[in-house]
Amino acid sequence: MATQGVLAPFVHFSILDKILDLAKANSLWPMTFGLACCSIEMMGTGASRFDMARFGAEVFRPSPRQSDLMIVAGTINKKMAPAIQTLYDQMPEPKWVLALGNCAISGGPFKFEGQYGIVEGAGKLFPVDVVIPGCPPRPEALLEGIMKLEEKITGKRRWPVVTPPPLPGPSAAGKNCPLSPEAEPAGEGSTEKSQ
Amino acid sequence: MLSYLNYLNDTMPCLMAILRLIVCIVCILAFVGLNAAYLVWLERKLAGRIQRRIGPKEVGPFGLLQPLADGIKLMTKQLFLPDGIDRILYLLAPMLVMTTAFMCFVTIPFGEGLVARELDLGLLAIFAFASINVLGLLLGAWASRNKYSMISSARVVSQNVAYEIPMLLVVASLLMVTGTLNLHDIVAEQAGGFWNWNVLRLNASPLMPVAFLIFFVCTLAETNRTPFDLAEAESELVAGSFTEYGSMGFGLFFMGEYANMVVGSTLISILFLGGWNCPFGIFPGPHWLFLKLYALISTVMWIRWTFPRTTFYGLLNLSWKVLIPIALVNLLITGALVKVF
Ligand code: SF4
Repeated sequence: MATQGVLAPFVHFSILDKILDLAKANSLWPMTFGLACCSIEMMGTGASRFDMARFGAEVFRPSPRQSDLMIVAGTINKKMAPAIQTLYDQMPEPKWVLALGNCAISGGPFKFEGQYGIVEGAGKLFPVDVVIPGCPPRPEALLEGIMKLEEKITGKRRWPVVTPPPLPGPSAAGKNCPLSPEAEPAGEGSTEKSQ
Repeated sequence: MLSYLNYLNDTMPCLMAILRLIVCIVCILAFVGLNAAYLVWLERKLAGRIQRRIGPKEVGPFGLLQPLADGIKLMTKQLFLPDGIDRILYLLAPMLVMTTAFMCFVTIPFGEGLVARELDLGLLAIFAFASINVLGLLLGAWASRNKYSMISSARVVSQNVAYEIPMLLVVASLLMVTGTLNLHDIVAEQAGGFWNWNVLRLNASPLMPVAFLIFFVCTLAETNRTPFDLAEAESELVAGSFTEYGSMGFGLFFMGEYANMVVGSTLISILFLGGWNCPFGIFPGPHWLFLKLYALISTVMWIRWTFPRTTFYGLLNLSWKVLIPIALVNLLITGALVKVF
């Protein structure tokens, strides 16, 4: 938030601010668009097994004027970047951005020396609030990301964090495993989810 | 209390008239506002159930605070005026949609004497206001200078013209049977039991159930509900008429849609399903009207989440090639029967 001329308040003056924040956090309407494979995972999150509707976040609005949350779900290639930038600019404040998947965080598997096709992460285009690592992240991770965003807006967490049980097998510690969450370039408020 | 009111009525009729006016306005505003907010909640819950989901449940008990959260969020969002719009019309259009929905409730009776203003031409007034609603959508779409909105506005107008005709033809045939435009009298004629309801008045016209079906389909189309929501076809037209509307402008359009749904369902239950009469002739009262009203609204939602959207040609063909001929035949047969018997 507070990116395009609308300044965030320094101090929370009263209980009113808290109520407004609570309302905003509980009615995050995402924009309907997906860029690559991660968006399938986003659709899965809206469907019956995971059901984003529980948190009031299932109202996928097709028009950027009516949406609060941009879920960048997938690879941003250079041809698509201006369109996404326009969509972001068209959203009225307050707005938030969730980068879903490694591609939207840093370019993911398409980032290599001399690549010319993709933008290496949504952060190169506009500010990102919460990043969700994974290729693709599981629907639970997206739900966790939405809860992180709610935490960021209201300052309170909805439920206590669940620590996943240790994985069976030699990579249980997760230190030497190349797929462990530590291998991801985790940003501020990133989610730690086992794959 | 009542004697005191009577005394006031005798001494200061003007004051009582003003008091009544204020009470009516507040009641209508509250009824429409609450309905528009909580029907959205109901729709999201029903959609969840139909798709084997739970629907909103975390915001308040059973997600009951969800409409409140949505409302506050919509109001606190930046009020954004896009470049190159017609400012006056852009700001006027959502209000027009909502106001006409409010105005429809002025003449709708909810029970014996439970009406803001009883008119002899009540039904006509409702149809007049309901057709201004289309103008609101058209103005909003036209003023916002967006190509998707323009396409949508053309669709809205042709769709509403196409479905207004069979609707009014059916109503004309109904009026031949009832002989009055006063909604109170129409309900009073249907008292006694479900066999007296207009939908089953087969002795007056054997095509009454068909008339009811046509009226129901036309209501679906007039309120832009799926399978006829071509004005807001997300897959083709972004968000149709209100693509450029954010914050509460969009909220008003959204609420207007649900308010119009309530108007349509109330009209169906008053015209065809006996209004506030009990199906078995005992304990008539407003509760029966509300029962029928919400059953109809749930059916409309059920249809929305079950059927896919039609094509635009399918929509127009249904009206011009199927509904209008049947409505005309219905009109002829009813007229002949009324004349003969
Ligand atoms: S992170 Fe993986 S799953 Fe997601 S868009 Fe990129 S390649 Fe596809």
